[in-house]
Amino acid sequence: MSDASDAGATGDEKPFRVVLAKLGLDGHDRGLKVVARMLRDGGLEVIYLGLRQTTEQVIAAVEQEDADAIGISMLNGGHLALSKKMIDALNDADVGVPLIVGGIVPEGDVEKLQELGVAAILGPGSSSEDCVQAVREAVAASA
Amino acid sequence: MSDSNEASSSEASSSEEAKQAWQEAFDASKLRDVDFQTMSGVPVEPVYGDAPYPGQYPFTRGVYPSMYRSRLWTMRMFAGFGTAEDTNGRFKELLRSGGTGLSTAFDMPTLMGKDSDHDWSLGEVGKAGVAIDTLADMEDLFADIDLSGVSTSMTINGPAPILMAMYVAVAENNGVERSKLGGTIQADILKEYQAQKEYIFPPRPSMRLITDMMKFTSAEMPRWHPISISGYHIREAGSTAAQELAFTLGNGFAYIEAAIEAGLDVDEFAPRLSFFFNSHLDFFEEIGKFRAARRIWARWLKERYGAKTDKAMLMRFHTQTAGVSLTAQQPEINIARVAIQALAGVLGGTQSLHTDSFDEALALPTEKAARIALRTQQIVAHETGVANVADPLGGSEYVEWMTDEMERQAEAIFAHVDDLGDGSMLEGAYAGIENGYYVGEIADAAYRFEREVNAGRRIVVGVNEFTEGDDSDNETLYIGAEVEEYQLKRLGDVKQKRDAAAVKASLDNLVAVASTPDQNTMPAFIDAVKAYATEGEIVEALEGVYGVYVEKAIV
Repeated sequence: MSDASDAGATGDEKPFRVVLAKLGLDGHDRGLKVVARMLRDGGLEVIYLGLRQTTEQVIAAVEQEDADAIGISMLNGGHLALSKKMIDALNDADVGVPLIVGGIVPEGDVEKLQELGVAAILGPGSSSEDCVQAVREAVAASA
Repeated sequence: MSDSNEASSSEASSSEEAKQAWQEAFDASKLRDVDFQTMSGVPVEPVYGDAPYPGQYPFTRGVYPSMYRSRLWTMRMFAGFGTAEDTNGRFKELLRSGGTGLSTAFDMPTLMGKDSDHDWSLGEVGKAGVAIDTLADMEDLFADIDLSGVSTSMTINGPAPILMAMYVAVAENNGVERSKLGGTIQADILKEYQAQKEYIFPPRPSMRLITDMMKFTSAEMPRWHPISISGYHIREAGSTAAQELAFTLGNGFAYIEAAIEAGLDVDEFAPRLSFFFNSHLDFFEEIGKFRAARRIWARWLKERYGAKTDKAMLMRFHTQTAGVSLTAQQPEINIARVAIQALAGVLGGTQSLHTDSFDEALALPTEKAARIALRTQQIVAHETGVANVADPLGGSEYVEWMTDEMERQAEAIFAHVDDLGDGSMLEGAYAGIENGYYVGEIADAAYRFEREVNAGRRIVVGVNEFTEGDDSDNETLYIGAEVEEYQLKRLGDVKQKRDAAAVKASLDNLVAVASTPDQNTMPAFIDAVKAYATEGEIVEALEGVYGVYVEKAIV
């Protein structure tokens, strides 16, 4: 596992695999779909789960697909509660992949998310390079 | 030679007749008590240019002969957050400061038919709109507001019949007859599968519920608009202007076909439909889109659906400025974006307008930001003079070309959908939902846009150019966890106080009616909400009959 991640971090053999999902009820998926394509264009493999996923579904996909990172997208103000739920579920399942949160996160909540253990937060206006970079760094840091 | 002479003279006389007809209609219109002159005192005509005039088929130039000289657009500001009481306070503030219509935003659990105490609702209660679980919340929401005196818009789709039933019940419990209620419920379920994704049941049973509501309001609520066919969300999800136009009107044709199938008369029913568009940043493209929308609708209603009255062919629409165009960076500059978009909506002839608040890329608006947004449209209305003349850009070669171009692109999309449905726009809509046509087209357009921004081919001020400036330190509205706590307690109290047997009986009845194709479900919805059945209980009961819709995840 760590071998594969190392290889991915240098951008050589196995490309990073990222599971993308939206948790909760919010249906705003424009951002996540755009990010999915950006990451693909950036050479990553994307497992796109889509809307209204449970933490169990996300974890199952991570395990099944041997993914290196998880990206979840937020718009409606549920980021604190849902990020906590995801982190708790990852800890309970002893799955050590980094969680990246994208979308609308108020300034004051950034630190709270970091304290929860969110590896990176991508706000509006993040470029394609920002997204790819965030995944690479998060995976490297967690390896 | 003599033929062509005749033709041109008959054209001239028909043009004369059109002018005269317009003049008569204009003279019969009641005008606002203001001086229709420029700031410098130059009197201006109510319209310039040639036939067809505003208020004349195909209504490219506007739906009324006198347009804003008679009545300004309704300044309808969308609001909703926290508890029903919180939103009630915001409503009263908006009415006090000159707003003329209410517009309700519901929180995500309400939009998805989940109660506040449902597992999935965690963290989302009262966040992006107001939380409604039972009739008790609706009573709080409209407390001390005379429902016979306002026009209310409710933005809800999947559970629309339930919220409609609650609105009727609140009014009736306050002694206001349902026939006196004016307003709009969005209830545009097709665009949920295409763009906004707030669906509950699969498309066909959802259409049955919507059709029941159309029939019910047609028969009992003459001032109510049972559907607001919405392009707004299609655009926000990433579509182009022409896709917004075409998908929206295509959905409109689908509802018309559903209503005709249900036995409604197009001339009686079509006037109740209203539309809802986005006003984005490309000024002339937006104006062309609005003008084309009216013309296409009128032509299709007349030529394809056999409408005979002008009223049935008139497209009236609400406009909201493009939330997606707002930047989190240097948020104050969004005020300028909103002003330009508002102006496009007005020059495009909108009947009502919501202006976004500058801080909406960050959170729901603060009261101050919402007030600035309302003031923005008041400036357009009262200071710029644009309301003096109907369709002031009509006749501009560019604007007329853009209008034609929007129409041409939309017609190409209609042809595709019609083809998907073997000659039925309703079946075409179902087929396009099923095969991923709409979501694919929208995602492609969204990605194209994002790549242009990324590559610097498209400048977004404050994001990829002109980035220096203060991005932080903005006060935003913060909805704390106490809203959820309050709402859970409220829901618990209501459940305790109500008559459980009456709730069960009303739900059993609803299920029975919902399982019978020819019966109208609306009275059963009204009985259930009056018994204080929760929204979630009603939805779950119906899921037993209709199932749930799950989208295929495709990028």
